[in-house]
Amino acid sequence: MERDAILRELAETFGAERIHAQETADGLPTAWVEPGLLLDLLSYLKTARSGAYPMLYDLTAIDERERSHREGQPPSDFTMVYQLLSFERNEDLRIKVALEGQAPSVPSATCLWPSADFYEREVWDMFGIAFEGRPALRRILMPPWWEGHPLRKEHPARATDMGRFGMSEDEQAAMLEELKFDPVKWQVDGPGPEAGAGTFYINIGPQHPSAHGVLRLVAKLEGEVVVDLYPDIGYHHRGAEKMGERQSWHTYIPYTDRIDYLAGSMNELPYLLAVEKLAGIEVPERALVIRVMMAELFRIISHLVFYGTFSQDVGQMSPVFYMFNDRERAFDIVEAVTGGRMHPGWFRIGGVAMDLPRGWDEMVLAFVKHMRGTLKDYDAAIMRSSLFKARTVGVGALSLGEAVEWGATGPFLRACGLDWDLRKKRPYGGYERFDFDVPTATGGDSYDRLAIHVEEMRQSLRIIEQCVAGMPAGPYKADHPLAVPPPKDRTMRDIETLIDHFLAVSWGPNLPPGEACATVEAAKGQNSYYLVSDGGGMSYRTRIRTPSFAHIQMAPMMARGLTISDLVVILGSVDYVLADVDR
Amino acid sequence: MSETAGFPIVAGILSVLFGVLIVAALSIWLERRLLGLLQQRSGPNRVGPLGLLQVVADTVKIFAKENWVPPFADKVVFVLAPPIVIATALASFAVVPLAPGFVVADFNVGLLFFLGMSSLAVYGVALSGWASNSKFSLLGSVRAVGQMVSYEVFMGLSLLGVVAQAGSFSLVDIVNAQKGLWNCVPQALGFAVFFVASLAETRRVPFDLPEAENELVAGYHTEYSGFKFAMFYLGEYVGVTLNSAIIVTLFFGGWSGPFLPPIAWFLVKTVFFIAVFILVRGSLPRPRYDQLISFGWKLMLPLALVNLVATGAIVLATAGPR
Repeated sequence: MERDAILRELAETFGAERIHAQETADGLPTAWVEPGLLLDLLSYLKTARSGAYPMLYDLTAIDERERSHREGQPPSDFTMVYQLLSFERNEDLRIKVALEGQAPSVPSATCLWPSADFYEREVWDMFGIAFEGRPALRRILMPPWWEGHPLRKEHPARATDMGRFGMSEDEQAAMLEELKFDPVKWQVDGPGPEAGAGTFYINIGPQHPSAHGVLRLVAKLEGEVVVDLYPDIGYHHRGAEKMGERQSWHTYIPYTDRIDYLAGSMNELPYLLAVEKLAGIEVPERALVIRVMMAELFRIISHLVFYGTFSQDVGQMSPVFYMFNDRERAFDIVEAVTGGRMHPGWFRIGGVAMDLPRGWDEMVLAFVKHMRGTLKDYDAAIMRSSLFKARTVGVGALSLGEAVEWGATGPFLRACGLDWDLRKKRPYGGYERFDFDVPTATGGDSYDRLAIHVEEMRQSLRIIEQCVAGMPAGPYKADHPLAVPPPKDRTMRDIETLIDHFLAVSWGPNLPPGEACATVEAAKGQNSYYLVSDGGGMSYRTRIRTPSFAHIQMAPMMARGLTISDLVVILGSVDYVLADVDR
Repeated sequence: MSETAGFPIVAGILSVLFGVLIVAALSIWLERRLLGLLQQRSGPNRVGPLGLLQVVADTVKIFAKENWVPPFADKVVFVLAPPIVIATALASFAVVPLAPGFVVADFNVGLLFFLGMSSLAVYGVALSGWASNSKFSLLGSVRAVGQMVSYEVFMGLSLLGVVAQAGSFSLVDIVNAQKGLWNCVPQALGFAVFFVASLAETRRVPFDLPEAENELVAGYHTEYSGFKFAMFYLGEYVGVTLNSAIIVTLFFGGWSGPFLPPIAWFLVKTVFFIAVFILVRGSLPRPRYDQLISFGWKLMLPLALVNLVATGAIVLATAGPR
């Protein structure tokens, strides 16, 4: 479909004067609308007969009050950003709403997409933007007693700006008291009478063997049956988005590794793709292929952890040790190539940090060979185990419609039967040159989600093999002033180069003003970085859209009516990481 | 009792008691090493030769822990529950003949005593969950009661075939009746059912639902620590040792075997079954609660009944009129 066709369609439908298009560095169709039109427009887009946008991919905001480069944009203090995804058009659409004033509000989208709930609570928590027409807003990432809204520009970013932090014992007790589950405060309890005598609440987490991190779920149980489930997240929140606003473009790279901390370098890819779009940097061939190879290696690493912990959730105690040993082998390669292991922080703007070491190809090929063998063993021990199947088949099953409605991506979505893999549909970062298959399943249950992951590991091995076979020669980093400082030896000869070098090394590059979003098919689903540059050495706004955030919101829907044992299986099959949920 | 006439009864009891505790403690070591072997890792190998003293070190550590009772618990019951688990398992050893003439009490209803004791053990688990006054513990002990009541039924039934063949409930008589052919051949079905039931009785994977770490944190003993926890922990291994010993006694000829002295044969066979228990733990996932219960009632119970009826018919047919 022709680019920006959707913008013209919207202008025809709603009137050209009400749709204000904006040019962005990523070329994503972007339209400003007024708050009054928002719901009509979203509902039109969601239900359009052809070329609909059935998924609310992301919902976030920008504090525009200190932004100086807003050429061609309507005046706004706070901007709401909605990103919708259309499978049919294979295109995203960004809708922006300008809000004025210090305590703005906007109509809630929860009536259209139930998945908007968590996102709107996050925007309320971070920006103090209120939403009308939905249950009252509660903080989601910050503790209930937090003052201020962290992503507002006036909120300090450094601990040293905030004064000494301390709590008296009474304050501690009061804060703990506030964290206690209270159905009224959480506005979660349905009508009371249906709760039988055997109904009780149980706190699962934030410290629980199967929470896979600091996830807290309050389960309403009737015997062992989960009547309802209320997730409470934010225990792993580290303000990654706020940190983006005070780290240089370059020094933020290692932070991205720690978002989905199981998939290391894979996280750097969307961030750098977005930076490179902003800066207009062409990445050399060799760097592209090296990045793909490392990303796929990390996909295997992440999937291995998922595989092992999932089987442990089902009660098998041995497989996880095998998976972790295989993961160690992969880390050996990561270590040889990057010097780091889980979080190498090794990709760079315009390429990678250094060239591949001698003998890398033999290491990689030996690993591929080893993995092919062990994956077969795991099939026998886990995938074909009848007891394992009895626990997972049909458990936590989801229809494709529900998955799309709730913003599920990645293996989650493919398990429901949609052949949607960004590496195929919108090849980025050099994926178009590789030959691989996209596995899909039809059941949408826990077993299928695992099956997809397992097959994806095999496909990743194929890609890695192709990387080894066809590794191009050439530079491993773009020769671009925003990517690399001038050559060191020349700095000794003229002052201009010396100054350039000094600035590039000590402050990092200043990226041209603009906005860019880059999305990759990460290990757990689609991961996006939406960067706003105001022409400075640091990002003006860094938005990280993670798959786990969307997926964890679906847990209650999948677990209702099943038992606590099933809940553990469902959580295991979701493949989330709390760092990826809370950022 | 008559056979132990020349044998001081107190010495007999003490030697069995200590022997069992040592074997149980060693089986903790065996389990950790074997699981290590199964899982591409070493297991404890630092304390003493081959890590053998690890259990001693752990015991010292656990003795040094604070003897703590949660403030919300029912104190008396909370303290009483763990000894029940370990005491019933130890008491059952009274009827297990370790070698000819080496049995603390040769009851004529020895087998029933064993079944009775293992039924009593469920009180320890049930009370511990109840007294803990914690939701995870309660869920665990409710699971335990449901599971053990269901599995007790066919555990007893699966053994009646053995009883019918030997014509006695005494374990010594049952061992003696296996002189020609071990019971594991004619009673193969009974053995299979009993093995499953004994896995469930000892609450070992795949029947460890009462403590299901991934779901209930530690199930009925979530709130326990220190020495009281150690009693549950050791009780599990005494239970494994007991059930292995019973399997050997009932189905694998007890102490009988060539060359080696009878007590050695008994030990070798028992340790073998302990190892089987461990291997099962290392390889199987855990079924869901409803699957577990329906497996018991819908598959195991009918199998046990079939075994009993078939054995009864054959015994009647071959014995002729009396």
